[in-house]
Amino acid sequence: MFKRIGTTIVMLCLTSSVGLSQGAKLSDPQIAHIAYTAGEIDIKAAKQALGKASSKEVKEFAQGMVRDHEAVNMQALALVKKLKVTPEDNDTSRALSKQASEMLDELGKLKGAAFDKAYITNEVAYHKTVNGALDTQLIPSASNPELKELLQAGLKLFQGHEQHAEHVAADLK
Amino acid sequence: MFPERIALLSVVVLGLIVPARAASIRITIDKLVFSPTMALAKVGDTVEWINKDALTHTATAQNGNFDVTLPPSKTVSSVLKKAGTVDYYCRFHPNMKATLTIAP
Repeated sequence: MFKRIGTTIVMLCLTSSVGLSQGAKLSDPQIAHIAYTAGEIDIKAAKQALGKASSKEVKEFAQGMVRDHEAVNMQALALVKKLKVTPEDNDTSRALSKQASEMLDELGKLKGAAFDKAYITNEVAYHKTVNGALDTQLIPSASNPELKELLQAGLKLFQGHEQHAEHVAADLK
Repeated sequence: MFPERIALLSVVVLGLIVPARAASIRITIDKLVFSPTMALAKVGDTVEWINKDALTHTATAQNGNFDVTLPPSKTVSSVLKKAGTVDYYCRFHPNMKATLTIAP
């Protein structure tokens, strides 16, 4: 059990430290890919939680994540189509996906209250990371004003998710 | 001629008796904000909730007076049934808050 928690904490630290590749300026197709990938990751995590979570509050949180992130990603797809931009895979997207899939495996081993706690703790950390990246890198780097606007609207929404996750995490204690 | 006069008279009389037609007020949701944040209405008025976001929202009264689900990019109408000053919020995005004052 302790080993498991230990592993989870290590994973959390990894997630929290997902650095977006510093230096090189991100292009709009890359930004779109990162934002879409980040949303997909949270949807997958939420779907896993819907199957495994035991707390009603955690399940409701996960439902909200599916509902909101699917809506935003649909908007993002509509926007890239309109702008004739093809999202471009990149190191940041790949790093996010890799760590997310490791996290899914890790959380997949947990059950009951331990799962609930690990999932929601990771959601707090994940939203913090993604919101930080949006605020300091993706939004400032975005060139197209419509893309920038969508990212800004996303940030506001995801800040709400972060608060919600923190609230649920506090209730579980 | 005569029946027409009666008809005209009835219209006039009815016009006097029937209370002022219930009004319709519009509350817009755009980028996670209810607007206006404070609105005035009367019992019997219709609220047109115009959701401009791509997200599903709700307009949920803290006191339980109403709970309206607002699908993305849709307008939903609801009739106000009880008087009072109602603080309402979105159940899915609780940072969204506004107040509706409903006169009797």
